[in-house]
Amino acid sequence: MTPTAAPPPGTDLPADGRTVLDARDIARALTRISHEILERNKGSHDLVLLGIPSRGVHLAQRIAARIAEVEGVEVPVGSLDITMYRDDLRMRPARTLLPTEIPAGGIDDKIVVLVDDVLYSGRTIRSALDAMNDIGRPQAVRLAVLVDRGHRDLPIRADFVGKNLPTSQAEKVAVRLEEYDGEDSVTIR
Amino acid sequence: MKHLLSAGDLTRDDAELILATAGEMRALADRPIKKLPALRGRTVVNLFFEDSTRTRMSFEAAAKRLSADVINFSAKGSSVSKGESLKDTALTLEAMGADAVVVRHWASGAPHSLANAGWSRSTVINAGDGTHEHPTQALLDAFTMTRHLASDGGGLDGRRIAIVGDVLHSRVARSNALLLQTLGAEVTLVSPPTLLPYGVGTWGVETSYDLDSVLPKADAVMMLRVQRERMNDSYFPSVREYSRRYGLNARRMATLQDHTIVMHPGPMIRGMEITADVADSDRSVIVEQVTNGVAVRMAVLYLLLGGSEPAIGADETPTTEETPA
Repeated sequence: MTPTAAPPPGTDLPADGRTVLDARDIARALTRISHEILERNKGSHDLVLLGIPSRGVHLAQRIAARIAEVEGVEVPVGSLDITMYRDDLRMRPARTLLPTEIPAGGIDDKIVVLVDDVLYSGRTIRSALDAMNDIGRPQAVRLAVLVDRGHRDLPIRADFVGKNLPTSQAEKVAVRLEEYDGEDSVTIR
Repeated sequence: MKHLLSAGDLTRDDAELILATAGEMRALADRPIKKLPALRGRTVVNLFFEDSTRTRMSFEAAAKRLSADVINFSAKGSSVSKGESLKDTALTLEAMGADAVVVRHWASGAPHSLANAGWSRSTVINAGDGTHEHPTQALLDAFTMTRHLASDGGGLDGRRIAIVGDVLHSRVARSNALLLQTLGAEVTLVSPPTLLPYGVGTWGVETSYDLDSVLPKADAVMMLRVQRERMNDSYFPSVREYSRRYGLNARRMATLQDHTIVMHPGPMIRGMEITADVADSDRSVIVEQVTNGVAVRMAVLYLLLGGSEPAIGADETPTTEETPA
């Protein structure tokens, strides 16, 4: 087993599927999400962005950078590993833990925006809500995702969506990010 | 690998995975709720046939922080003192549904028997067997060294570690020698000739009888307790002579490099192998070793029990692909 954070969703997929978002589409989507977060929150006060490793953390950092451009305020960014809270923990070999870094101010009474790359079954987000429960009590939790591909197993929805992508369950959606995969793209096949 | 019996069974990948996982577990100590749900519904039995304070408490804290149920068993005041055999004790634990047995035994090899005799299906974790091995101690020592000596993220490659004292009776020394070599460190055992084990030449480590010549080159110095309870012979003329030649005092500490850390697995005998001013100095990481012990044992328990099968010692790379949510 590799000690490093093993590649999560879809790294095994080549980027040769149909490209649904290119680098510029992703940039525009994140800019819009950043504005929507600010609009909904009426500013950047009390905001904390928590990315779900690995790609969610990079997305959260990009959103924070855009908010800094618009508002001139550095919003705290952290990461939240959900591995031990997964409902299928017992069904697979023990998984490598990924970093959890909670910003110094904590999450108590903050508006936490969870950030992830793909929203699918909703199970990751349920795990994230459980994980957060052990860390603090936010004033509110919102969800931002780059791609919502549908097929929810749980009553969970996103507040901020980069792209709604109708898929069949047989299809695979792969998000690739510059910081992690060397290029920005969302492909489907 | 379903069990953790020897530090020598760990590949470099296994050891690094445990240390990396322990790093995440360590962060838990700073959170308001020091609990994770990973082992909910699992039962961990601490089976201690030999006195222990920190190891038993450390395993208990580790299992509880992972939400496992913990049953403590010590040989004193149990049916073992009435003459029950290890086998019958094991069958009892099996009948109680123990998922893991953490075993400390005065006999070298007892955990191995427990794991391989077919008496139970539990995962066995060696918490110290006689003068043989103590793998989780070696892991927590390596974790502590990594935090102090490998801050550049480079690991322990080429680091020089001196292990000083009663090597003959020390399971800590053996496990450390095995693990530290796996991690690429250079180990020197320093001890009087009478306290070096037979066959130490096959361990692949350096040995020395002269502490003063080893100290200036060391990156970490690990002092061992003289285990008089295991000695049925005189191995050195007097306590005073031992501590003069092999004890770490302020004068010797002054010959260390600036970054060198001083370690001790505990319990230490102040005035024997280590003086009080050294044990309480800034270089000493002895208290931190205890804190790190809980994190490392959490990592071991999680990796052995957390999933459907153990994550260390597996032939194939583990599945880390996730169901996108």
